[in-house]
Formats: sequence, structure tokens, C-alpha cells
Amino acid sequence: MSDRALHILVIDANRIRASIIEEGLKEAGQARVTVIDEAKGLMRRIVELDPDVIVIDLESPNRDALEHMFQVSRAAKRPVAMFVDRTDDASIEAAIDAGVSAYVVDGLKKERIKPILDTAIRRFRAFERLRQELDQARNELSERKRIERAKGILMRTRGLSEESAYALLRSTAMQQNKRIAEIAESLITAARLLGEEEGI
Amino acid sequence: MMRSARSSDPNLVRMGFMPLTDCAPVVAASLLGFAEAEGLRVNLTKEASWATLRDRIAVRHLDAAHMLAPMPIAACLGLTPLPDRLIVPLMLGFGGNTITVSCALWADLKAAGAPTRLEASGTARALAEVAARRRREGAPKLVFAVVHHHSAHTYQLSYWLAAAGILPNVEIDIVAVPPPLMPSALAAGQIDGFCAGEPWGRVASVTGSGRCVTTNIAIWRASPEKVLGVAQDWAEADPERHFRLIRAVYKAAVWCDDPANRSELARLLARPEIFDLPAEILEANLDGRIALDNGEEMQVSGFLNFSRSAATFPWKSHAAWFYSQMVRWGETKMSADGYACAQATYRPDVHRTALAPLDVPLPTANAKIEGAITAETAVPSTVGRLFLASDRFFDGGIFDPERIEDYLASQPVKADGPR
Repeated sequence: MSDRALHILVIDANRIRASIIEEGLKEAGQARVTVIDEAKGLMRRIVELDPDVIVIDLESPNRDALEHMFQVSRAAKRPVAMFVDRTDDASIEAAIDAGVSAYVVDGLKKERIKPILDTAIRRFRAFERLRQELDQARNELSERKRIERAKGILMRTRGLSEESAYALLRSTAMQQNKRIAEIAESLITAARLLGEEEGI
Repeated sequence: MMRSARSSDPNLVRMGFMPLTDCAPVVAASLLGFAEAEGLRVNLTKEASWATLRDRIAVRHLDAAHMLAPMPIAACLGLTPLPDRLIVPLMLGFGGNTITVSCALWADLKAAGAPTRLEASGTARALAEVAARRRREGAPKLVFAVVHHHSAHTYQLSYWLAAAGILPNVEIDIVAVPPPLMPSALAAGQIDGFCAGEPWGRVASVTGSGRCVTTNIAIWRASPEKVLGVAQDWAEADPERHFRLIRAVYKAAVWCDDPANRSELARLLARPEIFDLPAEILEANLDGRIALDNGEEMQVSGFLNFSRSAATFPWKSHAAWFYSQMVRWGETKMSADGYACAQATYRPDVHRTALAPLDVPLPTANAKIEGAITAETAVPSTVGRLFLASDRFFDGGIFDPERIEDYLASQPVKADGPR
């Protein structure tokens, strides 16, 4: 096979992750990257696009359909070797851990594929980190909101100042060995049960 | 392959499953205390595809799984991306699949004289007629879906089509579709029919997108379907732990078969983390009720059998039959090594050893002539008395695992060698 640019197809229902992978592959010098989502007609699109390498989310329910197509396809060019190197356990496990699966046209040199898979793995991980950070940020935001709300309840029902309301939450949390947000949560629930607070 | 990701808890079993009714023994063993009674803790995970389940077991993120019966054989033969040594110490039952077609195709089949009560050969004849007419008229080829290439469905569907003279993948295209998406693919006209495990045939029927036309037990009365696939090194690292797992799943399978437990089992499977479907659908599957036309139902006896008639016993002749079909459809070449490899995957010896303390009757033979039992027959057993129910093929075929080449030569339609 010549050294022409490999055609890499990224199949991902998650647009943000797909563009993160695409960008990574392009930065790594891969000029021909196509991104498609998992809409209807996926199999036909693959035949039309005729990629050398397919990168797909490990959790995609379409993997069985994809593998079946490769198995029964009578076309000369079909992606069969699905992991770069069957003996390279570390890279297989890294891919599965990162949640990436890759399908590669048989006969491509390992040296050409490995950087692509490594990039995909790094980018999947980067996306996962991003997602976790986002989740955490959202969580923190809602925790702050909950604490504000709990403070408000205490101020209204016990006639406390904002400062004392917060101090009460904090000391209760310390006594019960819990986080302030958890104490706030139970206070809101209790207030809701007693009809003193509207539902969120 | 690497054997990493070991857990420090020696009593932990990490098991995967796909949402199909016959995952019941694995789910019940894990969640209803059967594993616990054997001193095991199960970490049960639902997987998104058979491919992912297979990859997870290959890197040993899973120790065992609810698997398609031919999958461990394909892995041992190196037909899968990650060749692997898996063993089958227990079958998860017979039956449970339907062949369901779109309403449009059902109308054509009826017009071509298809029987209305799920009979396999008449339906296949009608399908051959419809396929031939479409060819003459230049209509697009019919497309049937299976859940995975290395599945009992693929081989049952191909066997059934071929017996009617239809060459699979040539005269009718076969594609793979994830089981939960079958009903909508049928409704959207992306496929004309599918062969899949329940509840998906029933879901297609109740949503009006399809009609069940036959079942896998109509095609092969004792057709093995799913297995407990176990990583060989995990089994060998602690044989007693492996035996405890086999006993837990066996006891769960017996429990699942008891009609008195059906409602509870249906409710368990209906849970959001398992199927997220109405319990009535799953209960109908467990009862063997199949929807026909105009709200009529048919009770199919033995439609889904987890443990009766030695259904948990991993016959080497079942492994040999799957191997013969892999050869028949050109996925591998017949060889003494390949045959030995396929046979070594199914472990009746382990099954007997693990279940010996339970004192249940198990076959003393490791293999049988498939298709030869036409009425309930007593067979030699380890203890007590054991009767095997019919294991007839719908076309009367007889499979002798010692004579695969003769068997293949006698088949009406075959692929043109490895592609």
C-alpha cells in the first residue's frame, strides 16, 4: 500500500467528542478525517466513504452491525484487523479502558496505524476528563445553590442571620461527619415534607 | 493476551449480559441470592453490544458472561478480533428466538400459502416463493437481521433458508442489528425480517410492526441458544470457585423454569437496569406465548427452556454442529485441529463435576447424534433417571458429530468456500 494519506472515519453520536478526536488526528498530521454520527444508513455511508481506518465508541450498539458487515462483505477492501497488533496487549487494554474501538483495513503497516490509535485513545481520555470536570462543576454549582436555599429556610423559620444560618449548617455537618451540602439537602427535603418549601 | 485487571476479592465474579430474555439464569443467580448462597459476590454489567462484551472478557474486565453459543468457539478458532480461550461449562437454555417479519412481508407470505401457526417448513417454502418472485420482478432483495454474526440466530436462520433452497447472503441479505432496535428497524422498513431472542419479537408484535412466523425450536427442537462463557484462565485459577458459579447459575436456571416463579422473574427482568420494559411482555415470553394475527395467541410448549431435559448440559455435539455451520458458510476450513478446538470449548466434564454435589441426573455421554430423538427418550445418567425431549430438525436432518464432512456434503445449499 502506498504512503498516500489514510482515510480515517470517526463514527460517534457525540458531536463534541467527535470533533475533539478529529482535531487531534489533524494535529497529528492526518489530513483525511471524516466524521459521521450514527444516523440511519450508516452501513451504506461506510461503503461509500471506503475508509482505511474506522474509529468508533466502544459502547456503540452499532459495533455488532459493523463487524457483521465486514464479515459478510464481498468487497475486496474490508476492515478486518480490528486491533493494531494482536500481540500488543497494553495497547488493546488501553483502547478498551479509554472506550475506543478501531477497525483497520487488512494489510496496513502497523507503524502507520499505531499513532492513529494512540491519538484516538488520548483524545477519548481527554474528552472523558473534560466530561468529569464538567459534571463536577455542575455538581458544585448545584451544591452552592442548595446551601443558599437551606440558609434561606433557616433564616425564615428560625429568624437567624445569614451568617448564623451558615454557622449552624457547618457545625451540624461537623457533628454528623457529613458535608455541608448533604446537611443542606436533608434540610430542604424536611422543609418540603413540612410544606415550608416549594419543590425545586 | 494479558491477564490484568485482577480483582483482589477471591469471591468476586464479574459477569456481563445482553438484554435478552435468556439472560434470566445469570441475572437471577446474581440478584436473587443463588450466587450469594455459594459464597460469591457478583458484579453484573449490562453491555451495549456483543462485540463489547467479547472485548471486555478478552481483556479480563469480565470473568464470565451470558454469551451467544457459537461465540466462545469463534474466539477459540481465532475468528474474532481477539482470539481467546473461553470455555462453556453450562448452557443457558434452549429456544427463545423468533423469526419475525414485517407486516408487508407477512401479507406476501400468506398469499404464498404460509401456515399461520408458526410451522417452519411451510413458512420457508412460502418465503422461497416470495423471494423468487421478487427476483423475477426485479424487486430489491429481502433483508433479514440477526443480532451478531457468530450467533445461533445466524446459523438457525441460514439453515432454515437453505433448507428451502434460499442461499443466505446471496438471495436474501443478512445484516446485524442490535436486538433492542429490531422492532423499529422493521417498522421503518430497513429490514424485512429478523431472527432474534425475545422479548424483541413480542415487542414488534405488540407495537404492530411485525408478525412472528416461526421459532427456533420449530427449526431445531432442542436448539442451544446462549451459554455461560467463562475465561479459561479464570476457571483454572480456582476450580472450586468456578464450580460454585456453575452451581449458582444452574440453581437459578431451575428456579427460572418453575411456573410458580414466572411473575417474580418477569418483574425482575422488567427493571430499568435490565430491560426497562413492561413485565407483561417478559411474562408472555417466559410462558411461551406468541402473538399471531388479530390478537390471537399461541402457547408454544418448550419455547424457552432453561433447565429441563438437561438443557444446561454443554453437549460436545452442539459445539460440533456450530463448527459444521462455520465450515458450511465458509468462515473457516474444515480441519482436524479446528474440530478439536471447537469440541474442547464445551465442557460436559466440568458441568458434571460442578453439579455432582446436587445429585441431579446428568447425561453420562458427552455427545449425541443430533436430530435422532423424536420422542421423549430415557438416556444413561449419572444418578436417577433422565429423559431427553425431542431434538428434531424441521427437515428431519440427522447430525453425527463424528461425520461432519458427510453431513455437509448432504446439505442442499452451501456457500462457495471461504470468502
